[in-house]
Amino acid sequence: MKLELSEFETQPETTRAYSKIAIIVPAFNEAGSIKDVLEDLNRVNPGHWDIIIVNDHSEDETLKFAQEYSHTIIELPINLGIGGCVQSGLLFAHRNGYDIAVQFDSDGQHVASEIKTLLWAMSESNADVVIGSRFIQSFEGQFKSSFFRRLGIKVIRLATKALTGSSIKDPTSGFRAFNVRAISLFAMNYPVHYPEPESLIKLHKNNLKVHEVSTLMNPRSTGESSIKQKAVFYMFNVLLGMMVTAMRPQKPNSEHAVRSDC
Amino acid sequence: MQFDPTVDIDRFQILAIIGSISFIVFIVYLVRMKKLREDYSILWLFFGFSFLGVSIWRESLEYISHAMGIAYAPAAIFILLIMCLFMITIQFSIIISKQANQIIKLAQEIALLRQQLTKQSKTDDQHE
Repeated sequence: MKLELSEFETQPETTRAYSKIAIIVPAFNEAGSIKDVLEDLNRVNPGHWDIIIVNDHSEDETLKFAQEYSHTIIELPINLGIGGCVQSGLLFAHRNGYDIAVQFDSDGQHVASEIKTLLWAMSESNADVVIGSRFIQSFEGQFKSSFFRRLGIKVIRLATKALTGSSIKDPTSGFRAFNVRAISLFAMNYPVHYPEPESLIKLHKNNLKVHEVSTLMNPRSTGESSIKQKAVFYMFNVLLGMMVTAMRPQKPNSEHAVRSDC
Repeated sequence: MQFDPTVDIDRFQILAIIGSISFIVFIVYLVRMKKLREDYSILWLFFGFSFLGVSIWRESLEYISHAMGIAYAPAAIFILLIMCLFMITIQFSIIISKQANQIIKLAQEIALLRQQLTKQSKTDDQHE
């Protein structure tokens, strides 16, 4: 892995092909971690990445901390939840002609230096979406998660396999890179509540290619995952959402494009 | 005053007709005053006219309940009423879902416009 990364760094032509790269940072009440996340991003930013913070109407000081940097801030007037929040960033990327958008969570789970892994994998695999996975290869031991979380991800993994035919090891990972096709697809229509697994089915139905690479991930730096108490509720909703997305008739995308652009 | 224990069925029919008509008039009034949109009033008006029809032509209820296999005709009224309420609440759910999606789109547009405005004012400051 190390070798491949250095290869990527010494080949400027692969980076030049993707001249406009947006790092989308959805943030909701992340005052405790947003600073570290942005510092981490600034450290590895080669200069041409645009960092776009989408503030999902946070009630704490997330916005204040974010404003200390000169990044683009998209301020939602109401709380939309993770789906609507990420979609705002993708809509911004779509309207401003970005070639690649990377979703980078603000809770400190994602490691900024791994963005290069995603970008490298995207240019290598020609995939429309690259997912940074915490489960592939030897990283498994490094990322410790609870038994129930693992069980839940296993169930979602099975459902993904059944509904799309592809085995994605980490279907709930939010660490993703989208190319132009994926950006324009999701800018128009993105799942609302638990978007990660659902979006995989949408990608499959639109014949977009998904690729998965192993990436390092930090355990949550602030607070415990709220998924714990609501695990059953979460699982039910995710599976329902996935099945509904799979059953939904295909709408012609051009219609959406026309409607939103006018 | 003597209380007559036998039920005067004709009296109830008149009441039902008056009730149905005033219901229809109320819906039309709401639409006229733009308190209710035409497209959402269609279902209500349909129910109003159905009630009016049943109260004028009372025997129709007997036919309906017979067709539905209900021995006790008034029970058919309740079933029909519950079905009407179901349809209305489902219509509400559809409208709410649609509006939720519209609100998301609006919020995103506002956020992007806001971002553009702040960006513009920043570049304006630099020029001055």
